[in-house]
Amino acid sequence: MSTNASLEARGLSRRDLLKAGAAGFLLVSFRLPVARAAGDTFAPNAFIRIGDDDVVTLVMPQVEMGQGIYTTVGMILADELDADFNKVVLQHAPPDKAYNNPLFGIQATGGSTSVRAFWDPLRKAGAAGRAMLVEAAAQQWSVEPSTCRTSNSEVIHDASGRKVGYGALAALAATMKPVGEPKLKLAKDYTLIGKPVKRKDTLDKTDGRSKYGIDAMPTGVKFAAIAQCPIFGGKVGHVDDTKAKAIKGFQQVVADDDFVAVVADTTWSAMQALTALDIKWDEGPNANVNSAQVWDALRAASKGTGAVAKQAGDVDKALADGTRYDGVYELPFLAHATMEPLNCTVHYTKDACEVWTGTQVIARVQEAVAKAVGLPIEKVTVHNFYLGGGFGRRLDHDMTIRAARVALHVDGPVKVTWGREEDMQHDVYRPVYHNAVSATLKDGKIVGWSHRITGSSIMARWFPAGFKDGVDGDAVDGAIDQPYGFPNLKVEYIRAEPPAVPTGFWRGVGPNNNIFAIESFIDDIAHREKVDPVAFRLRHLDNNPRLKAAIHLATEKGNWGAPTSARVGRGISVQNAWNTFVATVCEAEVDENGEVRVHRLVTAIDAGIPVNPDTIAAQIEGALIFGLTAALFGEVTIENGRVQQSNFNDYRMLRINEAPKIEVHVIPSTEHPGGVGEPGTASGPPALANALFAATGVRLTRLPIDREALAGRKPV
Amino acid sequence: MITLQVNGQPHDVDVSPETPLLWALRDVLGMTGTKFGCGIAQCGACTVHVDGQAVRSCQLTIDMVGNRPITTIEGIGATDAGAKVQKAWLDLEVIQCGYCQSGQIMSAAALLAHKPNPSDDDIDAAMAGNICRCGTYVRIRAAIKKAATA
Repeated sequence: MSTNASLEARGLSRRDLLKAGAAGFLLVSFRLPVARAAGDTFAPNAFIRIGDDDVVTLVMPQVEMGQGIYTTVGMILADELDADFNKVVLQHAPPDKAYNNPLFGIQATGGSTSVRAFWDPLRKAGAAGRAMLVEAAAQQWSVEPSTCRTSNSEVIHDASGRKVGYGALAALAATMKPVGEPKLKLAKDYTLIGKPVKRKDTLDKTDGRSKYGIDAMPTGVKFAAIAQCPIFGGKVGHVDDTKAKAIKGFQQVVADDDFVAVVADTTWSAMQALTALDIKWDEGPNANVNSAQVWDALRAASKGTGAVAKQAGDVDKALADGTRYDGVYELPFLAHATMEPLNCTVHYTKDACEVWTGTQVIARVQEAVAKAVGLPIEKVTVHNFYLGGGFGRRLDHDMTIRAARVALHVDGPVKVTWGREEDMQHDVYRPVYHNAVSATLKDGKIVGWSHRITGSSIMARWFPAGFKDGVDGDAVDGAIDQPYGFPNLKVEYIRAEPPAVPTGFWRGVGPNNNIFAIESFIDDIAHREKVDPVAFRLRHLDNNPRLKAAIHLATEKGNWGAPTSARVGRGISVQNAWNTFVATVCEAEVDENGEVRVHRLVTAIDAGIPVNPDTIAAQIEGALIFGLTAALFGEVTIENGRVQQSNFNDYRMLRINEAPKIEVHVIPSTEHPGGVGEPGTASGPPALANALFAATGVRLTRLPIDREALAGRKPV
Repeated sequence: MITLQVNGQPHDVDVSPETPLLWALRDVLGMTGTKFGCGIAQCGACTVHVDGQAVRSCQLTIDMVGNRPITTIEGIGATDAGAKVQKAWLDLEVIQCGYCQSGQIMSAAALLAHKPNPSDDDIDAAMAGNICRCGTYVRIRAAIKKAATA
């Protein structure tokens, strides 16, 4: 991929591009420039390529799924490299350990880690490249490197008035000794970092040119639709394709273990033929699983012994003394529902395999496809694309394995597209969670705090190193490091895998659950103690000046304490997770039927050095909507081993007419950058639940919100 | 064989006449800017213009469209309203993942072509059929207003 500006720099006009687009798949090859042969390219590290044509190509170790990371990562590299950002070309990274996420040790994008993990390595990579270019110019001019400076992809020697472009220096720079510990810029010298730089991926997204995995069109591609056994764990029994064969465009059926696919001349024909198949499923052991069982099992498990994730002081003693409060908070299964339904295109031959898809884990895709088709890993090429939303779903690669298994039986490339229903009913779901929280107070302050989390361990499946001594590091994230200075604190975790239902990471990950429980419970205690919820929180935050500053700003901008009309309330939530400090004030109204109208959300965020402040604001705006959508509507339920929701008619999304006003205030900072993709998702739901309590006096302890309870028609 | 008039150009399409326009555009003509999102007219990702009206191309078969003029995201920039919407989208940095934005831009362009100065209620009515999972609604509303005054 590359931007329009960069393509123009390569001598391709916009008209040429549109022509290429009309010709179909050609555009993809333009979008993914092949790395130039070594020799005429300066490649000081895995991230930077400078050709003699002056084009600076930056290879993106993290994938672009809407979070603006291509621009942010590009800014960090280009700032230290002093590259002309307008002319930079961005390229998807191939599967390669060089692009491993330093926080995970694998090539993955997620958990709001991109800037946190790559801030130092990418600045060093940029600065190292710059130092070698300066060395090359200095040698060419026979001057001291220290007398040279750089700006906009040029080395400049002011004393003699000479300047030379990076392209002209590329060949010589490639012969310079690599710089191990380059000198980094001082913050005052940043030209890009800290400024609201325009995103480099958005122009192509306004006119249909940008390519997602679902848009891959290799020559001769065929189109497939897929049905997996609707019951988790079930298998294909018998398939009768008599009626499907009559559908115009039908080509073939592929049945394999737990799925059936139909290949046809268009995706639509494939979907029609799939519907026309008569499939008998072998339902397997889960055909009786339902939501009531899931909840019963979770609650039963919550009574067991937990693994201690964190302990400070003497909790048992502290909980036995003082005014005690207890609370239980629960969250449901959720689907990801990325706007781009799952898909993957695979071309298998006996010697090689090519894959086109949008994934958060490209190296895992390569490895898994190699295994599925029985080829050595180096024979599998994976082309990554923009992701039409990730939200954690594309941290899993089940869709690529299934596509590879289809491709084994197809002559030529085949694109397997999941229908929306398939996407929703074969997700890896945000787990159901149960939180038991207890606290005791003395002199108006919490002195004892216990938080017991029961839920699925996603880490145990996805990243086993993250599940240690019975504790899932993600499930307790945001609980063991909650921001309040409680002197006696215990956090426990009980692993409880739901029957049948697969679980996975979902935007906001573990802290989503923990922050909902903590911020709901502390709000509940404040109200029971008849203390303003903001003042009550501030009592416990003496040692957290950054969070206090965020709270002060959000409450000031959010009119905290100002009078409201009847049935309108304001609520707050605060958090310190992903190394970012966030406070959100929500104002919401509840009508007599319990219907909720969210008026306004005001968030203050201190994410350390705000690399691109406009992107941070955009991430918070979007994540708040993502969280509100879940809080207002989100619940996946199970009946007879099947997911009952199927599409946007029964798994609702917030729409523009329901969206609140949102204000985001980004706090300037010189601290190490924190994460910004997840925090808004965790921040919205407790702020909403607390606002609904303020509006109605009804304390919701489960999501999605219960409108009957808000209407006062039933107890919580 | 059906001949579709897409962005001012005729295209012969040799698939079942019951094929929705969405799939003829994407799979037959390779015009992948129009997106598949739900298949049941719930999300708006597949929005195109037929006779200048915003329609869900997943619900409109190619024989229903016939030779009526179709405008897709690839061609909307040639219209006054479309160009204004695209510019406003970039000026206010509306887009995140971008997958739904073809449909959002097509709905917004149709709105502005018919109502050059839309109210908030007009925006709600025209845009409520377009889901954005990244949650860009606040900026979509602002960008439509900006485009209207451009």
